[in-house]
Amino acid sequence: MSLAHDSRIAVRHAALAQRPARVWPEINHPAAWIVAAILVIMPLIANGFFLIEIFASTLILGTMALSLMVLAGYGGMVSLMQLTIAGFSAYMVAVFGISGNANISLGWPWWLAVPMALALATAFGTLGGALAVRTEGIYTIMITLAIGAAFYYFTNQNWAIFNGHTGINTVATPHFWGVNWRADIPFYYIVLAVAALCYFAVEYLSRAPFGLALQGVRDNPRRMAALGFNVNAHRVAAYAFASFIAALAGVLQVWNYRQISPGSVSVGACIDVLIIAVVGGITRPIGPFIGALIFVLLRTFALDFLVRIGLDGNRFRLLIGLGFLAIVFWSSDGVIGLWQRWRQSRGADRSGGGRRHG
Amino acid sequence: MSRFVERHPAWALISIIAIAVVLWLVFAIWPPGLEEAIGRKRVFLNAVFNGITLGGLYFLVASGFTLIFGLMRNVNLAHGSLYLFGGYVGYAVSTATGSWILSFIVAFILTALVGVLLQLIVFRRMEGQDLRQTMVTIGLSIVFADLMLWACGGDFYQIQTPNWLIGPVDLPLVTAIKSSGEPVYLRYPMVRLVIFAASVVIGVAMWLALNRTRIGMIVRAGVDDRDILAATGVRIQLVFVAVFAFGAGLAGVAGVVGGTFQSLSPGEDIRFLLASLVVVIVGGMGSIPGAALGALIIGLAEQLGSVYIPTYAIVVTFLIMVLVLAIRPQGLLARR
Repeated sequence: MSLAHDSRIAVRHAALAQRPARVWPEINHPAAWIVAAILVIMPLIANGFFLIEIFASTLILGTMALSLMVLAGYGGMVSLMQLTIAGFSAYMVAVFGISGNANISLGWPWWLAVPMALALATAFGTLGGALAVRTEGIYTIMITLAIGAAFYYFTNQNWAIFNGHTGINTVATPHFWGVNWRADIPFYYIVLAVAALCYFAVEYLSRAPFGLALQGVRDNPRRMAALGFNVNAHRVAAYAFASFIAALAGVLQVWNYRQISPGSVSVGACIDVLIIAVVGGITRPIGPFIGALIFVLLRTFALDFLVRIGLDGNRFRLLIGLGFLAIVFWSSDGVIGLWQRWRQSRGADRSGGGRRHG
Repeated sequence: MSRFVERHPAWALISIIAIAVVLWLVFAIWPPGLEEAIGRKRVFLNAVFNGITLGGLYFLVASGFTLIFGLMRNVNLAHGSLYLFGGYVGYAVSTATGSWILSFIVAFILTALVGVLLQLIVFRRMEGQDLRQTMVTIGLSIVFADLMLWACGGDFYQIQTPNWLIGPVDLPLVTAIKSSGEPVYLRYPMVRLVIFAASVVIGVAMWLALNRTRIGMIVRAGVDDRDILAATGVRIQLVFVAVFAFGAGLAGVAGVVGGTFQSLSPGEDIRFLLASLVVVIVGGMGSIPGAALGALIIGLAEQLGSVYIPTYAIVVTFLIMVLVLAIRPQGLLARR
């Protein structure tokens, strides 16, 4: 084990030394190829339940948390409204598209409703971001939390568009080219494609001039302003980018559950997205997906597990909360940070500092 | 005050007119045209009084929150959990002993103890790391919420109002004139008035303690620059613990108050956390007068909103917050 591990690090290290500045680092990593291959052939391994309830859910939640990771990791802005943006986009798909609530839904075809939802949700998130960038640090958390809560209460009370606390049910999913895209396997591939797209977009962004400027703004806004960068414009643009990712995840979510209700945009759910991102690690785009996998596994199996060891199965949130506390206490960088530290302590003499842009 | 008038004459005029209109609405007997337009005066007055008393409750919760933030730069997102914990403790004490006053004392002491433990075990270890502290308090609020759900279940609890506070009182405010020419006075629950008076007393006492005593001077100095304060030989950690205990205790007291004139159930913690967030954002973080003003505005907006535009009552409060952020991001009464 140790030999294999060390040789892998050596390979990676050599690759790191040679590569020009702008190359995907993960592509040179054999583990990344293995994970990608497993994800692609997943339908052969997993049945419907695992495919959708575990892996598709993980990818959707991971994409939402990825949008938070962009803001928190590269922009230094912890936004709790990413789920709200996703929820808004989901609502818009239901409102503009076809659903069981014919008096609300406008009945547009999906290829019209989805771009509309994405545009509106991105605009919504950008506006919220423009409001949030007027403040900094912990204030941002509070304001975005308040926006999320306002949206939750608004959907609960508004019957004309959001259909109150019952929400909108039996949302139609796309059918074209003779394929039902909500069937398990096609849907899994859609989710995988969107998640991969977002992942690589974020990877690219972290090296693009805009992303570098954003990280500069995070580290020292005053100096960036002195260099002539418009600090707030960069932040708002980051919100716009993250909102688009969150909106994509929202569309996938409403197709997954085929319904949307205020319960899915509640304050607790907003905080869950933060937990996912922080537990996974907010310095790298892969972190949110790891966090989402842990979260979904816990959510699905904690009940059985707790009952088996003789505890009350309803204490799932306690488990999540304690796990979150432990991560925040001992590793500010989430699971990724733990893993990186463990790797460094194993191969401290050879690999030195791991590659980080956080 | 006079400086404010000199600097912003237009705003001063607008606020004087607004105050005059409100006073007229409260004290005058409404002409029939107005009653047709916006409904009965009794409804309006009730909404105003509910708003003011709700503002008193919000002030109790938010003042502890803002005090802790002002001194320690620590956003305690577990504050709502302290509120709910205090409420449950108060309920347990008042059903066990039948004493309403005792439930306040016990709730204050127990939540203050929780606050001391939080400060000593958690926050002292991560001083100056705002974001991490906030994350930890989010985690704590999840854990607390689930523990309380475990211990108390999902039921609604209401703390019994003591006998000497039950029943309405007549206020010297005329709501209407009967056809016989006899005036009708506003009747309002006694307990709410007492609670509001108590929160005013607590607020004034806090203001006096902060501005007229030695401890208040230390706390104010700590808000301005705690490093220099520590360098002058003040045992700053002790001050931190005391302030955290007091702020947490206030949340516990507010829990008993909220349990008396509303009810206690899981989810109330988030509700009051959000309320205090909005209140301190509107009023200004770290400012006690700001918390009072914010609580009054939010309480009134919520109650008047739920009477006159029932569908969007909650949204009105958040709109106020957005407006304040857009015009004065640091809050209405913040100093910086």
